[in-house]
Amino acid sequence: MPRGRWPKLLAIGTAAGVFSGMFGVGGGTVIVPLLILWFGYGEREATGTSLAAIAIIAAVAAGAQGAYGNVDVEKGLLIGLPAIGGVLAGTWLQQRVRTRTISLLFAALLVAVAVDLLIP
Amino acid sequence: MTGALLIGFAAGVMAGMLGVGGGVLFVPALVVFLDVGQVDAEATSLLAIVPVALVGAWRQHGYGHVRVREAVALGMLAAGGAVVGVVVANNISERGLEVGFAALTLFVAGQMVRRALGEGREGRG
Repeated sequence: MPRGRWPKLLAIGTAAGVFSGMFGVGGGTVIVPLLILWFGYGEREATGTSLAAIAIIAAVAAGAQGAYGNVDVEKGLLIGLPAIGGVLAGTWLQQRVRTRTISLLFAALLVAVAVDLLIP
Repeated sequence: MTGALLIGFAAGVMAGMLGVGGGVLFVPALVVFLDVGQVDAEATSLLAIVPVALVGAWRQHGYGHVRVREAVALGMLAAGGAVVGVVVANNISERGLEVGFAALTLFVAGQMVRRALGEGREGRG
């Protein structure tokens, strides 16, 4: 990785963490667009790299929340297990759609997140 | 119960398609269908995200779409940033932050659309 990328990487990682800490919005909504717009990643690379980063972020955060006794393991598995089937389908499907479609769907997700934040 | 399973599956599809964790759907599903309080739902959602993100990253790695070193760097930086975010959120007006972040999010959405439509060609990956 070229040396000049580190400052940008530092900015994206920190921003993703700060926003997820503040709003509970997952790091992906910050990481994916910034990797695309700022690093010039392709859509599939950005989403794949984001998922790997999120696995680390969520594991650390879930561990911290678990220490406070806020995590309901049984109910987490109840929604998490079908989601594993979903993510297999989603990544399979993603290889078969145009990259432009991925970007536009992502923009729609961002608008939904913004609306959700604006509703008091 | 069925609703929770369906939304869980949908959250996974979204995670795979868009590279997010799926918390946007997990949290309301936990609150509405499984009767979990808001704070516990956000915490529990994080647990559900871990296997989803791992499996998604594993599949994308198989397709050659994961830059492992950068992902690890981002993940570790963000984990530190999250602690800062929690402190900030507890010390300044939340409403101002929400509006500010919403505006930023809309701006980025506009950039994504402009890029997707303006390029007129397939991205490289």
